[in-house]
Amino acid sequence: MSDELQDVISAVLVLAGAVMCLAAGIGVIRFPDVLSRLHAATKPQIFGLMAITADVALNNFTVGTVTLVIAIVVFQALTAPVAAHMVGRAAYDTHHVRVDVLIIDELGTRPD
Amino acid sequence: MSTPKQRLATFANQVPLFLGLVLLWMLLWGSFSWLNLLTGMLLAAIVSVGFYLPAVELGLRLNLWYTLTFLVRLGFDIVRGSLQVAVLALSPRYTPSNAIVAVHLRTRSDFILTLTGVSTSIVPGAIVVDVDRVRSTLYLHVLNVHRPDQVERFRNGVLDEERRIVMALGSREDVERLRRVRGEDRSVQDQRARDQHAHEKRKRGGTA
Amino acid sequence: MLIVAVIAGVLFGAGALCALYRIVRGPTVLDRVIASDVLVATVICAMGAEMAFNRHTDTLPVLLVLALFAVLGSLSVARFLPVEDSE
Repeated sequence: MSDELQDVISAVLVLAGAVMCLAAGIGVIRFPDVLSRLHAATKPQIFGLMAITADVALNNFTVGTVTLVIAIVVFQALTAPVAAHMVGRAAYDTHHVRVDVLIIDELGTRPD
Repeated sequence: MSTPKQRLATFANQVPLFLGLVLLWMLLWGSFSWLNLLTGMLLAAIVSVGFYLPAVELGLRLNLWYTLTFLVRLGFDIVRGSLQVAVLALSPRYTPSNAIVAVHLRTRSDFILTLTGVSTSIVPGAIVVDVDRVRSTLYLHVLNVHRPDQVERFRNGVLDEERRIVMALGSREDVERLRRVRGEDRSVQDQRARDQHAHEKRKRGGTA
Repeated sequence: MLIVAVIAGVLFGAGALCALYRIVRGPTVLDRVIASDVLVATVICAMGAEMAFNRHTDTLPVLLVLALFAVLGSLSVARFLPVEDSE
């Protein structure tokens, strides 16, 4: 790989990750309730992390780096939904959901 | 008392998890040496005996081709989901409109239920708010849905995700159940979609 | 490359500030927990970007530890949150 091409790829990946982080921050401010903010907090991060760690792995393509990068991404991808679920359920149980922005709530009307 | 055959089955059920732990240990060290393999196996044994958890029914079936398509699709969906939420957060005309949707899965396995929940939380879509294990139902919070047909489309998306996972790793019974359910399911869904469509039409006709 | 680094730095900084704003403003404990998760993720990404720019992998283990243990905070808060104390 030529040096220039590598620089361009590196720049694109890092900028993509940075934009995702910014989007997550803005989403956390703009979204109306806890559950919506959870979306902003979990999803863009994973792509951002994937882009940036892929960049690190490309710059330094050894077994040790690649395996660590895979481990990091897998952990983040597995733990983020679990944390989101726990926080989401706590939010629902403590009634921190804005009901006016829900068009359907099938959890509230479930058969017991 | 369990028969030797049953005991063998439980043991075989544990092997993939054990190997997963060893692999994880080697990933953490970043090298695949014999020393790592040895210490990894030792630690995995200690962990699985010391931190005992109820065994997961894995089903012991793995279709490599479907697993591959599932993983590729998952990676693609992760990127798509991230971009969607990012665009939504950055778009100037954002009006909040969400939904909590119950999705009745067809599988009876905790493992598939968990996998489906985790993977729908990272692909476009949802946060798992609650899980009903007995009815294998996921209650998902969906961002940015405005109309009932979007809810239906989302529900079908989750069911497709489940189908991909079952085809990849599900037990034989689950695959059978899916095959059986699929035919009638489709016709029911089509019917529902048609009803919806007619309803909308009528409504539009009524207000016009 | 320097320009890219500056732009990325500004973006990371803005994202972190947004998260900080939500941590300060609340309104609930859960909002603060979510925002601090975002802050940690931003730190992870920023450290990764620094590695990518300077072509080294020294802080990769730190990223791993952060990715592993960042959830513990939100998990424990969500688990032990009493209903009446959540305001």
